[in-house]
Amino acid sequence: MTTANPAVDPKAVEAQLLAFLTERIKAPVEPGDDLFRAGLVSSMFAMQLVVHLEDTYDIEIVGPELTLDHFRSVDAMTALVLRLSGKNDG
Amino acid sequence: MADEPTLVKCLVWDLDNTLWRGTLLEDGEVALSDEIRALIAELDSRGILQSVASKNDHDHAWARLEALGVAEYFVLPRIGWGPKSESVRAIADELKFAPRTVAFVDDQPAERAEVTYHLPEVRCYDAAEVLELTQRPEFSPEVVTVDAKRRRSMYQAGFRRDAARESFGGPDEDFLRSLELVMEIKRADETDLSRVEELTLRTSQMNATGVHYSDADLRALLADPDHDVLTVTLADKFGTHGAVGVLLLGYHEQVWHLKLLATSCRVVSFGAGAALLNWLVDSAARAGVHLAADFRRTDRNRMMDIAYRFAGFTDDDCACLAGPGSGERGDIQFRHLAADRRPAPSTMTLAAPELGRTPAGA
Repeated sequence: MTTANPAVDPKAVEAQLLAFLTERIKAPVEPGDDLFRAGLVSSMFAMQLVVHLEDTYDIEIVGPELTLDHFRSVDAMTALVLRLSGKNDG
Repeated sequence: MADEPTLVKCLVWDLDNTLWRGTLLEDGEVALSDEIRALIAELDSRGILQSVASKNDHDHAWARLEALGVAEYFVLPRIGWGPKSESVRAIADELKFAPRTVAFVDDQPAERAEVTYHLPEVRCYDAAEVLELTQRPEFSPEVVTVDAKRRRSMYQAGFRRDAARESFGGPDEDFLRSLELVMEIKRADETDLSRVEELTLRTSQMNATGVHYSDADLRALLADPDHDVLTVTLADKFGTHGAVGVLLLGYHEQVWHLKLLATSCRVVSFGAGAALLNWLVDSAARAGVHLAADFRRTDRNRMMDIAYRFAGFTDDDCACLAGPGSGERGDIQFRHLAADRRPAPSTMTLAAPELGRTPAGA
């Protein structure tokens, strides 16, 4: 099922995540930036991102989905949100 | 019938005719009795914080507390002309203490009534009762740990740290680096265990199994060559955070079994948990063994689950689990990892012992 959930538009998710990150880490962020390699984000902040994504997009990120790679960039997080929202619908 | 009394975590003092004899603005001279001075020191040593809510000129009153040699005991003093209920509320809010864990002492019935009206859960005492407070159960914690004794100085360091974080403009990791964090991991000895006991009791959010290991359980393992009990302390340029973590590790031929990992919520934001796990993974990799961590989901330890996953632990089965997996496990699962070398943390200095089974006869 690839029917778009009206609440989960890729561009909107990306924009929201960029705004959230820019505010929280006080530095400009591009969608493809590797947040961990650039030292912009600690692994602790990555934990907060898990909770933030779950609360904002009403998804559950559990088990094997919880790998650091899924939180490495805005692109990766956007993909994760879209994929898990799709699962909720279907 | 009565429930266990809720312990007081912070006592807020009035000054005139409560802490000291006399009224500063009228009498000019005020005196601090030896009994009150001893009481302040005693509450401090029990890990009970103390603050001030006084209607006075701030600089004048604070200078007097300094001259009397007791100013250092008081955190977040509120000396001014606002209502005392607002002062007490501000102190509780800033400490993140619930009002029911805060107490207030004042010689004026009207002031106590004003605080009670706005903050009914704050326990109020008459100045005449103050010398008996140390006898009361709500001021008598059952165990006074090393960290309780220095709780006040740890809070004071925390306030300076928060102020530094507030004014820091750069990325997260740069701030952490500026703290000059030092994590020390050591094999526990008898005196470390009382601190550990408090940690495993208090840290339900950051305990991987929710299983409480008692002082006696851990003590029995201190001399066991197949186990290591490790304590973790963290310090930075503002002061010590005290004991922040405990690990219980069982050694098998092919795998190290992490039976207990609990870390303090206070240091989560410094990346202490991730640094600890990465160090453990690297140690296992150098020893050529896998890691198997006990995990049991509770309704409060989600962060621990995430920490394990982010460190690379999975649900996957492995032949190595046969050793640690024998025996009764209830609903405790394994998180498994084929250990790989990990770089040292970029945000802290780490001092740790070489891990592994104690050689026979050593």
